[in-house]
Amino acid sequence: MATNESCDQPLRDDSKKQIHSKFIQQELSAWKPILTPGWVIAIFIILGVVFILIGLLAFYASVHVEELVERYDVDCVPFTDKNKITKYIRDSSSNKTCTKTLRVQKKMKNPIYVYYQLHHFYQNHRRYVRSRSDKQLRSTKHEYETKECLPIATVNNNSKPIVPCGLIAWSLFNDTYQFSVNSKVVEVDRKDIAWKSDRDYKFGSKVYPKNFQSSGMIGGGKLNESIPLSKQEDLIVWMRTAAFSTFRKLYGQIKVDLDANSNITVVIQNNFNIYEFGGKKQLVLSTSNWSVGTNKFLGCAYLYVGGFSLVVAISFTITYVLKPRPLGDPAYLSWNKYPSIYEN
Amino acid sequence: MTGRRRKIHFSKIYTFRCGKSSVKDDHHQIGGPGYSRVVYCNEPKSFEASLTEYADNYVKSTKYTPATFLPKSLFEQFRRVANFFFLVTAILSFTKIAPYSAVSSVLPLVIVIGATMIKEGVEDYRRKRQDDEVNSRKVNVHQGDGTFKQCEWKELKVGDVVKVQKDEFFPADLLLLSSSYDDAICYVETMNLDGETNLKLKQALEVTSSLHEESSFKDFKAVVKCEDPNANLYTFVGSMELEEQNHPLEPQQLLLRDSKLRNTEYIYGVVIFTGHETKVIQNSTDPPSKRSKIEKKMDKIIYFLFGVLFVMAFIGSIVFGIVTKDDLHGERMKRWYLRPDNANIFFDPDRAPLAAIYHFLTALMLYSYLIPISLYVSIEIVKVLQSIFINQDIEMYHEETDTPAHARTSNLNEELGQIDTILSDKTGTLTCNSMEFIKCSVAGTPYGRGVTEVERAMAKRYGTALLGTKDKKNDTVENDTKPHIKGYNFEDERITDGNWVHEPHSEVIQKFLRLLAICHTAIPDVDENTGKVTYEAESPDEASFVIAASELGFEFYKRTQTTVSINEFDPVSHTKVQRDYDLLNVLEFNSTRKRMSVIVRNEEGQLLLLCKGADSVMLERLAKSGRQFENETREHVDEYADAGLRTLLLAYRELTEEEYKEFDEKFKAAKNSVSADRETLIDDATELVEKDLILLGATAVEDKLQQGVPECIDKLAQAGIKIWVLTGDKMETAINIGFACSLLRQGMKQIIVTLETPEIKQLEKVGEKGPIAEASKKSILQQISEGKDLIASSGNEAFALIIDGKSLVYALEDDLKKMFLDLAVACSSVICCRSSPKQKALVTRLVKEETGKTTLAIGDGANDVGMLQEADIGVGISGVEGMQAVMSSDISIAQFKYLERLLLVHGHWCYRRISSMICYFFYKNVAFGFTLFFYEAYASFTAQPAYNDWFLSLYNVFFTSLPVIAMGVFDQDVSARFCLKFSLLYQEGVQNVLFSWRRIIGWMLNGVCSAVIIFFLCTRALDVQAFKKDGKTAGLDVLGPTMYTCVVWVVNCQMALSISYFTLIQHIFIWGGICLWYLFLLAYGALPPSYSTNAYKVFTEALAPSASYWFITLCVVIAALIPYFSYKSIQMRFFPMYHGMIQWIRHEGRSEDPDYCNMVRQRSIRHTTVGFTARSMARTNPLTGSIHYQTSTARTNPLTGSNHGQR
Repeated sequence: MATNESCDQPLRDDSKKQIHSKFIQQELSAWKPILTPGWVIAIFIILGVVFILIGLLAFYASVHVEELVERYDVDCVPFTDKNKITKYIRDSSSNKTCTKTLRVQKKMKNPIYVYYQLHHFYQNHRRYVRSRSDKQLRSTKHEYETKECLPIATVNNNSKPIVPCGLIAWSLFNDTYQFSVNSKVVEVDRKDIAWKSDRDYKFGSKVYPKNFQSSGMIGGGKLNESIPLSKQEDLIVWMRTAAFSTFRKLYGQIKVDLDANSNITVVIQNNFNIYEFGGKKQLVLSTSNWSVGTNKFLGCAYLYVGGFSLVVAISFTITYVLKPRPLGDPAYLSWNKYPSIYEN
Repeated sequence: MTGRRRKIHFSKIYTFRCGKSSVKDDHHQIGGPGYSRVVYCNEPKSFEASLTEYADNYVKSTKYTPATFLPKSLFEQFRRVANFFFLVTAILSFTKIAPYSAVSSVLPLVIVIGATMIKEGVEDYRRKRQDDEVNSRKVNVHQGDGTFKQCEWKELKVGDVVKVQKDEFFPADLLLLSSSYDDAICYVETMNLDGETNLKLKQALEVTSSLHEESSFKDFKAVVKCEDPNANLYTFVGSMELEEQNHPLEPQQLLLRDSKLRNTEYIYGVVIFTGHETKVIQNSTDPPSKRSKIEKKMDKIIYFLFGVLFVMAFIGSIVFGIVTKDDLHGERMKRWYLRPDNANIFFDPDRAPLAAIYHFLTALMLYSYLIPISLYVSIEIVKVLQSIFINQDIEMYHEETDTPAHARTSNLNEELGQIDTILSDKTGTLTCNSMEFIKCSVAGTPYGRGVTEVERAMAKRYGTALLGTKDKKNDTVENDTKPHIKGYNFEDERITDGNWVHEPHSEVIQKFLRLLAICHTAIPDVDENTGKVTYEAESPDEASFVIAASELGFEFYKRTQTTVSINEFDPVSHTKVQRDYDLLNVLEFNSTRKRMSVIVRNEEGQLLLLCKGADSVMLERLAKSGRQFENETREHVDEYADAGLRTLLLAYRELTEEEYKEFDEKFKAAKNSVSADRETLIDDATELVEKDLILLGATAVEDKLQQGVPECIDKLAQAGIKIWVLTGDKMETAINIGFACSLLRQGMKQIIVTLETPEIKQLEKVGEKGPIAEASKKSILQQISEGKDLIASSGNEAFALIIDGKSLVYALEDDLKKMFLDLAVACSSVICCRSSPKQKALVTRLVKEETGKTTLAIGDGANDVGMLQEADIGVGISGVEGMQAVMSSDISIAQFKYLERLLLVHGHWCYRRISSMICYFFYKNVAFGFTLFFYEAYASFTAQPAYNDWFLSLYNVFFTSLPVIAMGVFDQDVSARFCLKFSLLYQEGVQNVLFSWRRIIGWMLNGVCSAVIIFFLCTRALDVQAFKKDGKTAGLDVLGPTMYTCVVWVVNCQMALSISYFTLIQHIFIWGGICLWYLFLLAYGALPPSYSTNAYKVFTEALAPSASYWFITLCVVIAALIPYFSYKSIQMRFFPMYHGMIQWIRHEGRSEDPDYCNMVRQRSIRHTTVGFTARSMARTNPLTGSIHYQTSTARTNPLTGSNHGQR
């Protein structure tokens, strides 16, 4: 201990005098804002005005989004008894065709997006989310990499891999919709509904489905084994797992306008089993706009925040006008808790 | 001269050598347990020597070696609970239960641990380099054939004979054999050991002292048997077998490693202890590692967060277990898409409880983001940088001594901002410890006309200028031709320049001055070129006496072991005459004896005992015939003490030969005894001769106040810091210093607790210990309770407590200490005088432990070490009294006055920075952790993270850590100037308002609030509807980055809101942190999908083109900041904190208005505040304040308030 310090005695040749830099002396020029009432009121007013404007704009936009929602899971089964429903829905031979009619309230301009919406389907369950093999999806080289996919990995647990493997692909949504207006078939374009990067990079153009839904318990839809994965856009969309148990996924686009008061007939193949876990299925037709507005919530949020800001600004102004008090009032500058003899 | 010295060459009368002790008594243990060391001198290669295994001389102060660095430093790191937790999660992340990939969780840990380890490594490397430097120093070692060769220190072995030259350090503990002096003495400087700057004398055994030539060692053989290595610096027991005769060895022959050879050309010695067996290294203990209160509290918060973490995980596990169980009812599956019929253990409905337990671990890992992994390392970085600022502060740099402030440990920076009580040493801390001989009283006549600081201060206090003296002082300043001599400030033409011979009692004056020149232990150092003599003395008092004597014509110029030589002014011939005095005995000074004597024989053969000591012990030892000047001298001594001077009485007596002989025998016997009552035996022996003294006079030495001390104390007092003075000085001196530095003032009631009462004294004369103690305790108890009653009965008055060391003994006993402390805390000033080092430490502990407040001890000497180590912070003054205090301090400064800046500026800033930083850390992690938790609630608690693995792990390390470090290093609520101007701001730290549980919980709730706003706004805004214009909806891959963006924005903007000092650095770090996130998102998204997984191109393809992403960000960020912003605005408007008010004053520009500032300051002064501002206010106030109150004070306070009304 002493040994080390011995060479640290003062009065050496090299003086220990400090470098006088503004940085080291902590005297850098700085902006020192303080919250004066003026600033506070100004900031809240500006925030309020800007937010209310944005909010109105967004709200206005979202009002112009036309949306048709039709729940069909209850109507499309002939039974009410749960056991029977299960049997019915699991039976691939039973006829599950179901027809519904939707009435267009206001004119819907193309493109009209067709969605299916599921409730109580936990695509965000950790086991589910991880049950996929990205490598296998990308290239045939890795088709044996199915470790993550258990129990949907290989056919009857032998060496034949399932492509695409895993719970997500296995539970592929397989209801289909056919639209017609006044008996005229309306085409649904099922291309271009998935992310471009998914089609180009994540799902291989040379990877073809193999042994899919071929044995054991059948989950959801089947895949055409002659079409490469990169072209199976419904699968790609399905495999972008949703964040919550209620979610909407793109089914396709209708590229014609739908006039107001027209009736759309939808022929639904009600294949997908949501009955066992008490889910809901909805068909949604929706237009889109420049975007903030498809969801009314955001507009409302802006309005609320803006409104709150204005209220704060106003109450601050009122107290400032009614009860002006110099903030630098030294009467408040004392830690004295007792009456001091120096106070008069 | 030389002949004379030769003659007394081996005499045993020299004080340090107390005769040859017999081998029997204290050396009988040699060879027994604890005394088993055998050293074969000068034959390192012999067979016997090879049998002994002693440590080599390599000294290692490093903590690690290259081989042990990794395991040891890792172990150190993982001893911290938080780090250990993260280690466990990192290990678990390799298993299947991990919710994220292993690499992503290991990397931040590696970065954090790596950073700390690199710091450790660099520090250790520096130590290693220092070690190498020391170990490769050169020393001359005997080669066995009569020649010496240079070797490195580390090559030394036990038994080697070495030659050490002047001004070299001893390489190991050596047994002195001979030196360049004939009588084999040498002088040793032990500054590195005990911090004392004076030289110590060592002497070899006479049997070896003739070994002067290198060649004479050729055949030198001896066997030393001695004690085993131990840490006691002042003992050594051993014997040397030389030519078949045993010679006892003592500490007197032992030269300790790390001390330095001085004033001696060379010495020869045998290596006895090497390396880690040397006494100094055995002695070196690591200073007690102190942790600041904030850090201790931080640990509690971390435990609290662990609690929250466990609760969260527990709730999740239960829900998860229930939901999982529900998935499978016999054959029927509910959530068939999860294949509950074919699940592994982690999700198996049949084994749901087990799955839930596994899930609990997973959830712990996921929510571990509640605990800020980078907190410790960030705090360490911040503190190191803060220390650099402290070390580099030019305002705390002492030009004259080239000493900057030095934060020896960086982990107490913030504690500096919370000091409630300062316990200060007086000498060397408040005062310069440069003693100046200023006055004396000889034969009842006072001499010396210097004006002391205290007199000046008192004159100021009474408002009366020292007429005449002031002018004179100015004159001397202007035409000061005579150079000022350090230690000497005596002005009196009656005495100076030999004029004393014309004084009435000139023979007394002669004796007086001669006594000053002889009775001391100083060592002269004659400059060969100029012939000027300088002195090395044990204490500055002593030096000042020798200097004064020499200035007044009695120049002490040479000391041998047995003689003191003096150039005397002869009153008859008016010339200088050389006189030698045979020094027979030195009866040393110690704190119980309070006196020091020498016995000399003058050239006429007279035996003289010269004695100087404190008045309390001297007066009772005067002979009846020696009390001629007693009354006058007493009067003068009281006067001097009143002026803040240190006084000593000087007296002498003549001894008869018989008397001396009797004494000498007794004294030798006492010195040679080893029994426990050795001290008493010595005391008894000295009592024999130190009596019937004849009083000569008294000396007065001024202990100068250090520069800026009163101002500094004033500022600290205004900041609400209590200052206690703990001093070894006598009560009068202490009180006077108290007045000089405004710790005491007129109008303050002094409660004096003392045992110098007539009753106790009466008892002491009887001399029975039991009744004395009993009566003393009773008296103390009574005095303390009277004091308490006095305080309780008067409402608004300032009290001062003055207690002496004797009383402290009783007041610090267990049953009284609480009462004593209550009294002391109620007083605005506390002065403990006559206190021993141990009492200082005990008082410090009492204050620290009983009040629970933060204490700072400041001192400069070895006697303050206990106090410094005991206090929460020890501040050492790197002054004149050596390095001991500095070595055991946490922070060292050059002058007391720098304490002001250290505490009020750096302390306040550091406290504020660290506490804000920790609060903010918890805020940001709570905000982040709760978004994860909320998401879980929507994912049936499966521990699916809302964010990508790398987003998770880099949150703490990259996107949010730099701004918080910048805040910890640079933030300033108010500038240094305002910290000093409005020193009461310091109370924020003392009352701990910035790190109260309220504030911490407040910040955490703010974090929860932010998390709620971020999570619900984001998820509702990204609801089922289309997210982009092309109709695509937002999945988990979009929700995660969007929410994460909001979190990064919110926590960084929150930082921007909560700091009030934006330099370029803050801007870069805050906005840079946000930009870094976007850059990372881009870069990470550009990596191939196998690395970037679900973040692949997410920004370029999904987020950036979508307007709602940007609108959501804006809305969420503003919405999440509004609560805090409103809170802050309201607080600033209606309940401003003190720093807020000062910011306001600055903003209004009123800080330049002196009247206004004065008013602000005065408002914060309490009636108990000390310092000269308060004093001057107390004086001026009667005119403006409540006169009724003041008069009542004067009436009730006859002691001190008597002249109150007149002013």
